Amino acid sequence: MSDHAVLAQAVREGQRLALARLLSLIENEQPQGEAALAELYPLTGRAYIVGVTGAPGTGKSSLVNELAKTLRAKIYPGLHGSRPPAVAIVAVDPTSPFSGGAILGDRIRMRDLAGDTGVFVRSMASRGSLGGLAHTTSSVADALDAAGFEVILIETVGAGQAEVDIAHHAHTTLVIESPGMGDDIQAIKAGILEIADLLVVNKADLPGAENAVRVLRAALDLGGNAGGPAASGGTEARWQVPILQTVATTGQGVEPLVEAVLHHRDYLQASGQWRERGQQRVAAALDARLRDRLAQRWHAAQPDGRYPEMVARVVRRELSPAAAVQEMLGDEPAPDSAASHQAARAGVRR
Amino acid sequence: MSQPTIRVLIAKPGLDGHDRGAKVIARALRDAGMEVIYTGLRQTPEMIAEAALQEDVHVVGLSILSGAHMTLVPRLVELLRAQGQGQVHLFVGGIIPDEDLPKLKALGVEDVFGPGASTQTIAARVRQAVEGRAQSSAP
Repeated sequence: MSDHAVLAQAVREGQRLALARLLSLIENEQPQGEAALAELYPLTGRAYIVGVTGAPGTGKSSLVNELAKTLRAKIYPGLHGSRPPAVAIVAVDPTSPFSGGAILGDRIRMRDLAGDTGVFVRSMASRGSLGGLAHTTSSVADALDAAGFEVILIETVGAGQAEVDIAHHAHTTLVIESPGMGDDIQAIKAGILEIADLLVVNKADLPGAENAVRVLRAALDLGGNAGGPAASGGTEARWQVPILQTVATTGQGVEPLVEAVLHHRDYLQASGQWRERGQQRVAAALDARLRDRLAQRWHAAQPDGRYPEMVARVVRRELSPAAAVQEMLGDEPAPDSAASHQAARAGVRR
Repeated sequence: MSQPTIRVLIAKPGLDGHDRGAKVIARALRDAGMEVIYTGLRQTPEMIAEAALQEDVHVVGLSILSGAHMTLVPRLVELLRAQGQGQVHLFVGGIIPDEDLPKLKALGVEDVFGPGASTQTIAARVRQAVEGRAQSSAP
């Protein structure tokens, strides 16, 4: 058997070191990892993927810790059913744009999970990706899915307003807020609140929690509480985004949160959106991979120095980015674009 | 993609509560382009070994100020070997008496850094160990 087949088999058998190695190979985009994942791919599509996002410092890691602990403490019909579900956590932290290094500190809040073999925690650096995840996070989740984890919790980079990739990769997205995070205009801006299937006000023991809930409620009501990006299908029973309050450091409110999360799962399955979101997820992953691969292949085919030369020409304003791409791809230029660009520049000079 | 990013687990075993040194090292290795998993205070060898496995790290750095290194290090080495991670590079930082240095090296610890070791030296040693360069080839 080839190396990747041996690795895939070991992952299938539940060997944790093999799984950890596979995740590294995937993260480093090594061909062996991709080949092993290709063997395992038929086993994917079974896990329930829950995204946890929100601003830095709202308590995402602590809450993920509590969610995992609570899930591990009970048997849930629909999640395996005869034993507590196996839970994997993928925690993403930002890569420094300067050194390429990263400090991955989410495990600090997850020490309660140590020693439980039904839990697997993996930290990932974002490695230049801007949407709140690393661009291999989706493949890492696939590997964990194939390894038999029934629930996968994905914690994003501390996200501001536009880091919404998680919504394309999770069945259910939790957006975590904490008291004092901004006024009601923040809450109706586009972006992160729109992707919430559940809103959580964590640190609910701090002053201002009630106010945060009120602001979020008002923002949801303005939007008719449409409930997430995939709720536009016009089904009669639309998902009402619930707002829950938790104190992750004590576990207060976490059981109701787990129930609400599982309620959303039931809703997805009953409404047909489970399949729809699964399809979206696969399509988004395929699309991203195709884009990467095409760009890589194109770069590899270029003579040395051509690309930097094109960048330099754009920097000197000799070409617009659109015209540069057309030239590099050998497309027909749009009618007169080069000429009009020259003319425009000449006009500026005059 | 020639060299995969170096992944390091910085752990603070034992009961002393001072992790400033561990954080300084974590920060320095981050600035040297490594991915540093920091696990916080009061970790048992079991917790450290488990984290090393799940995170598939190349390096484990232990910060020990309590004097318990001759208990903690052998236990961790044993656990790492038992789980098939005998190849993980082990570094120790902290307050370690000179007479224990040979014992730690004999256990497989690559290097021991005391107070005053420069962060650049530490980052360079970690990189050398992972990239398999001989110690003598250091600039």
